[in-house]
Amino acid sequence: MKVDIVDYGLGNLRSVTRGLERAGADVRVTEEADIVRGSEALVLPGVGAFKEGMRGSSELHEALVDAVNDGAPLLGICLGMQMLMTASEEGGHAEGLDLVGGEVVRFPCEVGKVPHMGWNTVDVVSSHPLMDGVDGEHFYFVHSFYAAVDDYTVGSTEYGEDYAVEFSAVVSNSDGNVVGTQFHPEKSGDAGLRVLENYVEFARDR
Amino acid sequence: MLEMLTRRIIPCLDVTLDESGCADVVKGEQFEELRYAGDPVELAQQYNRQGADELVFLDITASAEGRETMLDVVRRTADEVFIPLTVGGGISSVDDVKEVLRAGADKTAMNTAALQNPDLVEDAAENFGSQCVVVAIDAQRNYDIEEGEHIYTVDGRDCWFEAVVYGGREPTGVDAVEWAQDAAERGAGEILLTSMHGDGTKDGYDLPVTRAVSEAVDVPVIASGGAGGPEHMLEAFEDGKADAALAASIFHFDEYTVEEVKEYLDDNGVPVRI
Repeated sequence: MKVDIVDYGLGNLRSVTRGLERAGADVRVTEEADIVRGSEALVLPGVGAFKEGMRGSSELHEALVDAVNDGAPLLGICLGMQMLMTASEEGGHAEGLDLVGGEVVRFPCEVGKVPHMGWNTVDVVSSHPLMDGVDGEHFYFVHSFYAAVDDYTVGSTEYGEDYAVEFSAVVSNSDGNVVGTQFHPEKSGDAGLRVLENYVEFARDR
Repeated sequence: MLEMLTRRIIPCLDVTLDESGCADVVKGEQFEELRYAGDPVELAQQYNRQGADELVFLDITASAEGRETMLDVVRRTADEVFIPLTVGGGISSVDDVKEVLRAGADKTAMNTAALQNPDLVEDAAENFGSQCVVVAIDAQRNYDIEEGEHIYTVDGRDCWFEAVVYGGREPTGVDAVEWAQDAAERGAGEILLTSMHGDGTKDGYDLPVTRAVSEAVDVPVIASGGAGGPEHMLEAFEDGKADAALAASIFHFDEYTVEEVKEYLDDNGVPVRI
């Protein structure tokens, strides 16, 4: 199974590459729109700021949307998940890819320390093969912005002790081929590797 | 299951070069006399199996050769261990940050360079996001309260917490609480706070400074320096208000496994990932 990781020039791609390889994927890292457009399965990784992420070439973004509309599976990770959404309030207001209809907003200071950084549990609220066998497991999160729980939510997580926010830890579009995790599966130990395996298997079966 | 962000246990590996140029993990007492602890990649794998939540690698050579070796250690670890990795030691530019992130690290810890050039914190946060910018602060008590900004009473005596550099050999005159706040405002995503008072002693973390910094900033604080056992970690979370606890020698020399520490914390009501 060939999986293409979209490289928009930010941060650590090594862990997600190795994690997908371990899950049985033949991984290619690309920044070319043509490769993205013809891809069998895509991963949009993510560290960094939303605007920096979306600043990448609009050609690449169009290619992602085309590939998904042709039915290719796409997994967005952390910032990559947020980029799937309609818009984010990070850095004022920024348009996302609008593959999953929802807004990304900042945690209110009442929740406690921001970023929400560390290991937290994910409850699967709507079945998707991506989350097979990992309901209730701990995953590694690091983010200051979140998408609320809505129709697109596959998994949810709660953050805050006195004042808590429940947010989308995993999202999906209505067709199910676009999925995103707010946590980093490539940094979430065995549970995270299981999610990557699930993704590769899910992509292979489509 | 308890729905809560867990407290993190972070083994720290101080990496140096042996006579043949290979990477070793060592640990000294109060930053002196080093003891050999093992191969960094093997130790990293072992801690991962035991349930470590993250790993920190510190290049204590802070030399060009040390950097190259460290990058190799990070690459080899990142290929095998799928938990967050932080790298520190001698990181003094945005290019240095980029290099370690590309090698497979998730965060970089900056100490002296950030204190001397706080703009570096902003530059790194703007380029790569706050989540990968850890500002490491080494602090010690100073009883000359004329000089400090934030004064605390510890064991009946007034003091302030002074940031020190070069492994504690050089005081800076900078108030550590003030610097932690400034660093967080500039975009640091986390503070790694090492108390020189406790480092290497195994008498426990310096709880007053840990609490002072943790209450002063809105970003997570990692307590470091002085862990001798799980009870010290419990204190760091309960009294020190830390978000994570870092330790080196208790894990290296097999006094405790990460698992044993976490079981103790769990028994005492601290949320941990088991």
